[in-house]
Amino acid sequence: MSKEKDYLKMDMLRFTTAGSVDDGKSTLIGRLFHDTKSIFEDQLEAIEKSSRSRGDENINLALLTDGLRAEREQGITIDVAYRYFATPKRKFIIADTPGHIQYTRNMVTGASTANLALILVDARNGVVEQTRRHSFIADLLGIKHIAVCINKMDLVDYQEDAYEKVLRQFSDFASRLENVSELTFIPLSALQGDNVVDRSENMPWYKGPPLLYHLENVYVGSDANHVDSRFPVQWVIRPHSDKYHDFRGFAGRVAGGVFKVGDEIRALPSGFSSRISKIFMGDKGIDEAFSPQSVTIQLEDEIDISRGDMLVKPNNQPKVSQDLDARICWFSGSKKLIKGGKYLIKHTTKSAQAMISEICYKVDVNTLRKNEGDQEFGMNDIGRIKFRTSEPLFFDTYRRNRNTGSFILIDPFTHQTLAAGMLR
Amino acid sequence: MRNYNLNHLQQIEAEAIYVLRETAAQFERPGLLFSGGKDSIIMAHLASKAFAPAKIPFPFVHVDTGHNFEETIKFRDKFVESYGVQLIVGKVQESIDRGTATEETGANASRNALQSVTLLETIDRENFDACLGGGRRDEEKARAKERFFSHRDAFGQWDPKNQRPELWNLFNGGKGQGENFRVFPLSNWTEMDVWQYAKIENIELPNIYFAHEREVIERNGSLLAVTDFVTPTENEDILKQTVRFRTIGDATCTGAVVSDAQNIDDVIAEVAASRITERGARADDRRSEAAMEDRKKQGYF
Repeated sequence: MSKEKDYLKMDMLRFTTAGSVDDGKSTLIGRLFHDTKSIFEDQLEAIEKSSRSRGDENINLALLTDGLRAEREQGITIDVAYRYFATPKRKFIIADTPGHIQYTRNMVTGASTANLALILVDARNGVVEQTRRHSFIADLLGIKHIAVCINKMDLVDYQEDAYEKVLRQFSDFASRLENVSELTFIPLSALQGDNVVDRSENMPWYKGPPLLYHLENVYVGSDANHVDSRFPVQWVIRPHSDKYHDFRGFAGRVAGGVFKVGDEIRALPSGFSSRISKIFMGDKGIDEAFSPQSVTIQLEDEIDISRGDMLVKPNNQPKVSQDLDARICWFSGSKKLIKGGKYLIKHTTKSAQAMISEICYKVDVNTLRKNEGDQEFGMNDIGRIKFRTSEPLFFDTYRRNRNTGSFILIDPFTHQTLAAGMLR
Repeated sequence: MRNYNLNHLQQIEAEAIYVLRETAAQFERPGLLFSGGKDSIIMAHLASKAFAPAKIPFPFVHVDTGHNFEETIKFRDKFVESYGVQLIVGKVQESIDRGTATEETGANASRNALQSVTLLETIDRENFDACLGGGRRDEEKARAKERFFSHRDAFGQWDPKNQRPELWNLFNGGKGQGENFRVFPLSNWTEMDVWQYAKIENIELPNIYFAHEREVIERNGSLLAVTDFVTPTENEDILKQTVRFRTIGDATCTGAVVSDAQNIDDVIAEVAASRITERGARADDRRSEAAMEDRKKQGYF
């Protein structure tokens, strides 16, 4: 088989890593990069130099993942960093987020595009508050696959007991996770390289695969919604040229389901029906389009459709409402969410105004308890709200479809992104 | 049921096209920064796919240091003509003549940093509210935290602490008076992705990306091409080598690598085996550990 064919068969996995430096998260990423030959010599040299000037004894692999000078100087990570590596099977995108409590919003951001969450547990300490918080956020953001890495097994003499203990502790609260459909536990040592890329000989009692094998093979093909056909119109293509005088194409990214040439569609909000006459990928005609492809759809009839409208199938329509119920994470440090507050909302390709009608409860991310008394949301708060929009939204529940169930709230004055929300 | 899966290149292609269309929809006057390098060529190719059969709905912008490889400019002009788009050139020399930029002096003088001045002046003159760039997060660590929609204040500055969180595929292009955006559709692409995509899409790239014989000098660990702007000092010998470029920037600071890669397949094999990063040969990034971070704060691409 030729090389070319090999890379055409690669797919992609996006995963998020959450944990603090103490859990060995940076060491684990460093190990994955090192053992898959994704660290380059000039990068190694640069971090060797920095390690020396900081007085570190060993090469500090954490420096590889700390991007900005401000962070290096303070020894902290202030934001989500995206990192890339590939094996012959898959391209990987890591959303690397810091684990401290004040960075809940970064974890939420990183998790929003991830298929899998990698959660680190120190084998000596077992499941701690932070483990529960990370799992809760991964679940809240609809991640279906969680890989629990029980790290530092070398420090507990590679004993099965430590692994069993985490398994037991985890299953105690795993039943409360709504979206996670696959939980995998891997005992490893990032520092020594046990069960990261290669199977460890120190833990013959563990019958599962090493971490990289799991990441390469975990099946995420069914995570996207291929049932409910949704096409938010992004842009209308009108060439205004002699050759394409009457061409009108609706450009967008399929947000769910499948659209085929000949399919009957309904346009929202107008409710007009038509059929798909052509689907284009670039200038090439194709027979069908599915999520997450970016395509252009042409219809048989001239109907008025613009950005923010949605093409759907007559027999499978989204919910349509101005009164909405959602779980949100508040991002802003300078502005608080209040009842009666007015914001801009961005949902699929649609923008509207939103007014908060009710604050239902806040969740304490450490105890996972709901608190109904607290009516004010500050930075990193998570909870449930109800709100009304100036126009109806066409949506599905976030559980059913991440693309049509998610939104952000924006400050109408500063244009800052204030919150991320998931519709119920 | 059919298998509805996309390979990695199809996924990042769909994402980039989505970002290009969002840019057209959310901004009044975007421009596409086109250097003639491979990343901007890929971005232009994606833009033509995003809006087909209409033309790309924004002009191309080239910030010209005047220190170009001759091949790049020829390629640029031919490329722009074939896409039928308008080309706007901002010249660093004009900023220097106006006195808004000052030429560096010394043996390693470069106009690389001056590009920021000319870029901001061009943005101002042309009223651009968004500039599409071919920057990728895998290039450099300060880029790893860059957004798809990167906010710049009225001075063109990038404040890493004041960037908007980006969730799902909801991009917030809202801005105040005088502020603008840089947009990076190739954020999630790696050097390898760019080459593999060029191969499967049959995209023509300038020939200096492939092995050719050239006169070079070795300076600070980089192989620099001998041109009108790079002349050897007394202690430097001119070598004749078979080289290619992994990145194309200002001729004064873009290093060549010794290579026999004749075509895209060869380059893909070479990138797979490479032990140094793509920008490892760029003198502009090696000035200090935070060189890129500092330039970005001043308005760099």
